[in-house]
Amino acid sequence: MLNPISVAFKKAKQENRPALLTYTVAGDSSKKQSLNILKSISKNADILELGVPHNTPVADGSQIQTSAYRAIKNGIKVNDIFKIVKDFKKFDKDKPIILMGYYNMIFQYGENKFLNKCKLSGVNGLIVVDLPWPENKNFAKKCKKKSIYFIQLLSPTTTKIRLKKIIRDSHPMNYFISMLSTTGGKLKVSPNDILKNYTKIKKIDPKKEIVIGFGITEKTIGKLKSADGLVVGSAFCKEISKSLKHRQNPVTNVSKLVKKLKSKIL
Amino acid sequence: MKLKKGIPVIDQGNKLGFWGGKFGGNFVPETLKKPIEDLEVLFNKLKKDKKFIQERDKCFKNWVGVPTRFIKLENLTKHVGGAQIWSKVVSDANGGAHKVYNATVHCLLAKRSGKKVIIGDTGAGYAGKMLSMAAKKFGLKCKIFMGAKDIARQQPNVKAMKKNGAEVVPVYSGSQTLVDAVSECMRFWVANCDTTAMCVGSTVGPAVFVRICGWSTSQISRELKVQLIDEFGSIPKKLKLYNCVGGGSSSFGFWNEFMDYDKKQCEFIGVEAGGPEKSKKHAAPLTYGSKIGILHGAAQYVNQDSDGQIEETESISAGLDYPGISPLHCFLKDTKRARYTAASDEQALEAYKLVTRFEKLRPSLEPSHAFAVAISESKKLSKDTIVVVNSCGDAYKDRGILEKRLGKKYVKSN
Repeated sequence: MLNPISVAFKKAKQENRPALLTYTVAGDSSKKQSLNILKSISKNADILELGVPHNTPVADGSQIQTSAYRAIKNGIKVNDIFKIVKDFKKFDKDKPIILMGYYNMIFQYGENKFLNKCKLSGVNGLIVVDLPWPENKNFAKKCKKKSIYFIQLLSPTTTKIRLKKIIRDSHPMNYFISMLSTTGGKLKVSPNDILKNYTKIKKIDPKKEIVIGFGITEKTIGKLKSADGLVVGSAFCKEISKSLKHRQNPVTNVSKLVKKLKSKIL
Repeated sequence: MKLKKGIPVIDQGNKLGFWGGKFGGNFVPETLKKPIEDLEVLFNKLKKDKKFIQERDKCFKNWVGVPTRFIKLENLTKHVGGAQIWSKVVSDANGGAHKVYNATVHCLLAKRSGKKVIIGDTGAGYAGKMLSMAAKKFGLKCKIFMGAKDIARQQPNVKAMKKNGAEVVPVYSGSQTLVDAVSECMRFWVANCDTTAMCVGSTVGPAVFVRICGWSTSQISRELKVQLIDEFGSIPKKLKLYNCVGGGSSSFGFWNEFMDYDKKQCEFIGVEAGGPEKSKKHAAPLTYGSKIGILHGAAQYVNQDSDGQIEETESISAGLDYPGISPLHCFLKDTKRARYTAASDEQALEAYKLVTRFEKLRPSLEPSHAFAVAISESKKLSKDTIVVVNSCGDAYKDRGILEKRLGKKYVKSN
């Protein structure tokens, strides 16, 4: 059976558009609410990334940090995250889910136990921010055995030789970080330049799906729509923070934002 | 797990940067892989380059001021009535602490790599103060990340940084202490690594930073070795080296040159921060058996919960208030080359009182932890045992805390 992540890319290609990937933090601002957010956005999003909150993140900007601290403060545990995924899959079993987080959480859980839980709850892919290639070789192999995509990150600082090696070892989906930034930074490179880098990477192995993330918002998403997929994250975290501050419903607001983003890439 | 003889400990890691196969490494975002590799190549080349070493030594000699004193604490020894208590007064170094060695080397490296800006983290403010000082000397722009809680409790050093022209960036996330400052500094580097050099303030972080820092602070033990031979004619038969351990940069530097001696002759004792006696929180992952985890790019013993969230620490000493510990110390612990224990806030304060009562020496709260254990153990040791405590920082920065906890008479003006 094809991994639902690949199915999602296929479907988006048939509709002649990039796949829309959303990132929200598990348990932000509560377990129930974060599940409800997933349910409400699943109609318009193609792939759902769920952040595993960590309290010493080395690559996240202030928006995602705020969401992560909020979720941790509200008591989210790794097992709760698997529960959220499982409950969501009961609602929409074909929608792909990717967990994104830091390696210490997996390391403490135990790699094998973590992957078993991923499999049981319906996780389709993993992004581990601080487990780069070649350190991730073993873990990526374990993921493959479970038919879970281990998604490699590529950056503007990744050298050409390294790009080739990473892509050679990679699973069907990779993630290109648009610019030198933590998550949620202002786009400091022109979309054209990002696409130029993207095209270079794409050429190495055209069969591998490459999504672009970091700095993508309502304003910039339309200009990048020739990519295989686009990830928006911090914008949702910001929306949740704003909604809470104004005592509005984060679920409706995030859902509206996803719809708006989708309309820009059609 | 084995410590090898004849090879510097900083070079005993494997290809992926792991000491003993499991401590250290490079758990970093992809964006940092290239800048870290560049720094590795540069450092590996320069540490063998005679000209570079001459340049470093010249800086240490003319600017840092080496060697720092090695003195006998006669009155304290008499009072304690056991082993001979000596001190290596590393706080003599320019700026008042050992952090100047690492800061100087990082600035020299930044100059060689053509970077114009250098950033760094700080807890007690010494790493930041020294980096700002060295950056000024070498004409680099400087930005220091510091937890908001530490900014409040270590004002003298904050003022010094600003005076040196550095921008001090307050960090409000998490516990607002060193751990958050290091995270924020790394995040800034992720976003600016093309123009900016990063200095990690201790023997922590991705492997190359552990190595650079250890290489830099080893100046302390190079000097001590000569001073011991000058004083005793040879390395004493019973030598005990006491040092506080937060991240672990001063202790590693204090011990490095004695690594190959038998531990029966030359014992290393690392003293972690046990925190307030009434609190369950501490900053002593080695003493209290914390599990291995990943923090700031390296695998190490670290205070964390069962999920892998890093736990908040508590210590009177901002410089030791860190949940993790250098991979080098994890390695020295598991190979049993060094012994680790902890002193509480209260014990450190008592030791500070005792040292300042008997000697013209004002150890900051960090080395006061080491003095606490050294004094208590010295009572039971023979008179021919040479106890040396690294007084790696000066108490000037702690005057606010000391005044509050001990009263005005313990805070002499500088």
